Amino acid sequence: MSVAEAERPAEEPAESTWRTLRRGLALSPELRTGLAGTVALALVYMVGRVAVPVAVQQGIDKGIVGGLDLDVVWTVVAATVAVLVVTTTCGYLMMRRLFTVSETALANVRTRAFRHVHDLSMLHQQSERRGSLVSRVTSDVDQITQFLQWGGVILIVNLGQLVVTTAVMLAYSWQLTLVVLAAFAPAVLVIRLLQRRLAGAYGVVRQRTGALLGTIAESVVGAPVIRAYGIAGRTARRLDTAIEGQRQAQQRAIRISILGSSVGELAAGLALAGVVVLGVALGVDGTLSVGQLTAFLFLVTLFIQPVQIATEVLNEAQNAIAGWRRVLDVLDAVPDVADPGEQGRELPSGPLDIRFAGVNFAYPGGPPVLHDVSLEIPAKSRVAVVGETGSGKTTFAKLLTRLMDPSGGEVLLSGVPLPRVRFASLRARVVMVPQDGFLFDATVGENVRFARPELTDAELTTAFTELGLADWLDGLPAGLDTPVGERGEALSVGERQLVALARAYVADPDLLVLDEATSAVDPATEVRLQRTLDAVTRGRTTLAIAHRLSTAQAADEVIVVDRGRIVQRGPHDELVREPDSVYGLLYASWLEQTG
Amino acid sequence: MDRTGKDEGGELRLTAGESVTSRTSRDVLGRGLSVLGRAIREQPRIFAVAVAGSVLFGGLVIASAYVVGAVVGDVVVPAVERGSVGVAAVALAAGALFGISVLRVVGIFGRRIGAGYMQFRLQAAYRRRVTRRYLDLPLSWHQRNATGTLLSNANSDVEAAWYPIAPLPFAVGTLVMLVGAVVSLFVTDWALALVGLAVFPALFALNVVYSRRMAPRQARAQRLRAEVSGIAHESFDGALVVKTMGREAQETARFSARAGELRDALVAVGRLRGVFDPMLETLPSLGTLAVLVVGAFRLRQGAITVTELVSVAFLFTVLAFPVRAIGWVLAELPRSVAGWDRVRRVLDATGEMPYGDVALDPADPTPATLDFADVGFAYEPAEAHLPGAEVLGEVSFTVPAGATVALVGPTGAGKSTVAALAVRLVDPDAGTVRLDGVDVRQLTAGSLAGAVALVAQVPFVFDDTVRANITLDRPGITDEQAWAALRLAEADGFVAALPDGLDTMVGERGTSLSGGQRQRLTLARALAGRPRLLVLDDATSAVDPRVEAAILAGLRAPTAGGPAASILVVAYRRATIALADEVIYLEHGRVLARGTHTELLASVAGYADLVTAYEQAETDPQQQRTPDEVTPLATGLEIEVDR
Repeated sequence: MSVAEAERPAEEPAESTWRTLRRGLALSPELRTGLAGTVALALVYMVGRVAVPVAVQQGIDKGIVGGLDLDVVWTVVAATVAVLVVTTTCGYLMMRRLFTVSETALANVRTRAFRHVHDLSMLHQQSERRGSLVSRVTSDVDQITQFLQWGGVILIVNLGQLVVTTAVMLAYSWQLTLVVLAAFAPAVLVIRLLQRRLAGAYGVVRQRTGALLGTIAESVVGAPVIRAYGIAGRTARRLDTAIEGQRQAQQRAIRISILGSSVGELAAGLALAGVVVLGVALGVDGTLSVGQLTAFLFLVTLFIQPVQIATEVLNEAQNAIAGWRRVLDVLDAVPDVADPGEQGRELPSGPLDIRFAGVNFAYPGGPPVLHDVSLEIPAKSRVAVVGETGSGKTTFAKLLTRLMDPSGGEVLLSGVPLPRVRFASLRARVVMVPQDGFLFDATVGENVRFARPELTDAELTTAFTELGLADWLDGLPAGLDTPVGERGEALSVGERQLVALARAYVADPDLLVLDEATSAVDPATEVRLQRTLDAVTRGRTTLAIAHRLSTAQAADEVIVVDRGRIVQRGPHDELVREPDSVYGLLYASWLEQTG
Repeated sequence: MDRTGKDEGGELRLTAGESVTSRTSRDVLGRGLSVLGRAIREQPRIFAVAVAGSVLFGGLVIASAYVVGAVVGDVVVPAVERGSVGVAAVALAAGALFGISVLRVVGIFGRRIGAGYMQFRLQAAYRRRVTRRYLDLPLSWHQRNATGTLLSNANSDVEAAWYPIAPLPFAVGTLVMLVGAVVSLFVTDWALALVGLAVFPALFALNVVYSRRMAPRQARAQRLRAEVSGIAHESFDGALVVKTMGREAQETARFSARAGELRDALVAVGRLRGVFDPMLETLPSLGTLAVLVVGAFRLRQGAITVTELVSVAFLFTVLAFPVRAIGWVLAELPRSVAGWDRVRRVLDATGEMPYGDVALDPADPTPATLDFADVGFAYEPAEAHLPGAEVLGEVSFTVPAGATVALVGPTGAGKSTVAALAVRLVDPDAGTVRLDGVDVRQLTAGSLAGAVALVAQVPFVFDDTVRANITLDRPGITDEQAWAALRLAEADGFVAALPDGLDTMVGERGTSLSGGQRQRLTLARALAGRPRLLVLDDATSAVDPRVEAAILAGLRAPTAGGPAASILVVAYRRATIALADEVIYLEHGRVLARGTHTELLASVAGYADLVTAYEQAETDPQQQRTPDEVTPLATGLEIEVDR
């Protein structure tokens, strides 16, 4: 899992920018709505920029050089002001449309990516760093919108400016236009080359930024360990290395980026010089008026600007495209444990029976964890799964709840193969309480009614009472309204398990899977819970993974897992009588522990 | 989950925050400038390079306008009038234009390298400072602050604080350029200069208004961004619960609602930009047109030449863009101030747990004595209106050198807090914790960490190799000692089976290991340091009884090279407790009883109930099989739902 992460190349051979853009647009068709109108507005907006040089030319040629005519100057200026009013309004309208469209489209992408992350299988989720999954729906999307708006506006506007300027330049003089294009052609080639190196450099920046975030997170989350072992010095060194690594990468990227804009600047100088040389000759020829040549010099700066700005925007674009690609990759990742949805079936009503048929399982790239497991568990029975650490107990539970699919064989609930069961039906009927009962940063009550928001406080209190936890609930500072803190950290580990258990209990499943759900609870409470659970789970199927054999003793049947195989099965009383069996040894050790 | 109440609360806070922002937006400019001032004071040299580059660039922009004017007026017009090309003059003109470009490249290099390096250096420096504070501040401070907040303090807040540094030298250069431009205008013609005096300050004023209007909108967007990110973080953290309860749609709805608010906030930002950006763009154009009109008048009066008119008009055109740089800086100031405030909150946070200067003999191989004398501890309330929960009160006990003391009590009794106090993760509110007779607050950092080790209930594993996780770079832990510790923790088997043994990377938070493996790894980490006091906080809960028994046997009968340590162990299992020389029974944060296991079993009912729970359950099977007294709630609910 994490090994796969480490093996992933730092900067995967990126698909082409255009392909990413096409995929991105295909995913957000909203971005296209009214695009033509927006582009049209942008073009009108651009006319405003070109209007001024044209006005200067007209003013100089007709109103100043060769006889001063103030009326002409006035007329030209007044007309231009009118044009500017129109173009400025168009600019406003264009931006308004662009912002509304892009923000709406990307808010949808954000939400879809969020949902998709939840739809990915547990294994897939764990193969990514938590932080990087979060950044898919936060900073990566921000980068795209920022680019579409700052970069996108500038790109549209500047491309428009480039086109309009070139057109006006051609109208004045095709010869001079050729000079300008000739000066810029080599620059564009060099910039393209640099662009590729820049993309690599930004890739390194992102990678180092990710590493930095990981290191910071570790220093924050691991604060107790750092304190307890007095290893602040070591942590500081690791942080410094990560911080410095990121800075070096950033500086390298900016050096390459500056090279690009320098090339553009030199091309601009070359173009101006060329225009003057040829322009004077054409002026002497009589092909070009003074005003036209002046306007041309203005136009060259209008031509330079977009080229220079575009290089900077393209730098930013590399980042945004990479972000977009990451978001798209998440959305394109096919959930390997998929909801059959409409085509799926509902589980038959009533208590569920379980069947494993020749089930094998291995984690990707790992050795087999379960070997050819076949068994049937009748409905309404209460089964305990025991075995040593690493024997495959938890894998068993994850396959049963379809957090993972087996590598071979089938898991069936009441005769329906799990992959054919609709998630809506599966999750409502089958509930697992994992060992780490994650709590949300809300109150105790809100956490318990997570799956059943409609439950009232009175019903929740009843639930706690039935679980024998009324005393504990009363002891909390604000009862059901007590905030549990981030990840439930305001409660002790055992208390978190109590809340998680209550949460599963009120969800009212037909199959309850407990994965060492009470490992951090004190024995008296555990025994009490055990009894009440037995009572309330009567009539439904329960499978409990346990390392405290008290659970096993209370179960109808015990399944003993050893090295990925089921080695024993039967009621506790029978199993302990089998001499030298795995269970016998486990039980002997348990007696020694408790007795 | 009912989040509406919470959402409304959040909304209220938000509006309150916003009114504060708009009230203080006037001094955002002042405070932003002072943040920039700090940046300049910290990196004066690199800033000087950047500004020098920018001023050079600005000067050349003005120069280029006059050169273009001169080229038109003094080269083109005469040449056209004469009808012949003056080769020398044209070459000079072309050379001047290209030369200016070359010099401008120098300016750009200085400006952008300077600005970029300055920004990155400041970011790095402040990330170091912020993370140093994290290492210095006590755990109680960490517990008061959400992980996500601390992450963004060190990351995006630092970034936001120094964001305006990138365009700053450009803006400063532009200011110099504007002054230069106005001066050059006055030198050229007072009437044209007046046009400049009207346009440039108007441009500046428009920028200021823009950034003021933008500030509260940006702040709101930034806050919502943080909230969206917070929801994503929490939801992905709890992905397993979301999945197993099938709550994906509800979680998505929760996320989507906040993402929608963020979208609206960002659209509001965009609309404002839509208003101001085109205006800022058009203003210099109007300036150029004004120059044309005024220039024509002045030309008629003979006050200026065509050269001068063209130069000034060109000047307005080329100035339009750089003036925007000032706007960029101003626009980033509110974000910068907000980021800086959050960074400052960390840098100015107090409450360090300073170490003392009493050193213990590092070579001392004998077990340590631990003393709790009337220790009291209360956690700060999670929310202001709730009472601060007293966790411990008047806790006194001793772990004599070489002894094993078991700490027993029901869930939530305060056992983990005792463990945390014993290794000084937190300091008591009352009373004293002593190690070998010395108040732990007086011990040096090295002494304490060298002498005691805590194995926590929830194991924390670094994203590093197995070896690094065991040694934590503590000096003098050889591979042999690491293996010895692993053997003692019964972890040698699985580590040997890992693909690269000690060099295997364990992944973020040790995701590639099982819970029991992580626990044993952290146990080995504690043992490898040969602590004189070992504190085990229910540290084998994820380990099977057989494995646990083997581990404990190893700890109790240390083989050659094994630790000779006093042990304080939080435990439930009777085998563990039976090993203890003394048992402390804790209930509701008070020591209710102490003595040997047998004594307590005989005299303390609560204790007996707790530790014999399993046997009672076993010897009383009737009770567990006849649960008639319990009415299953779930069935009742089902009926209700069906209705």
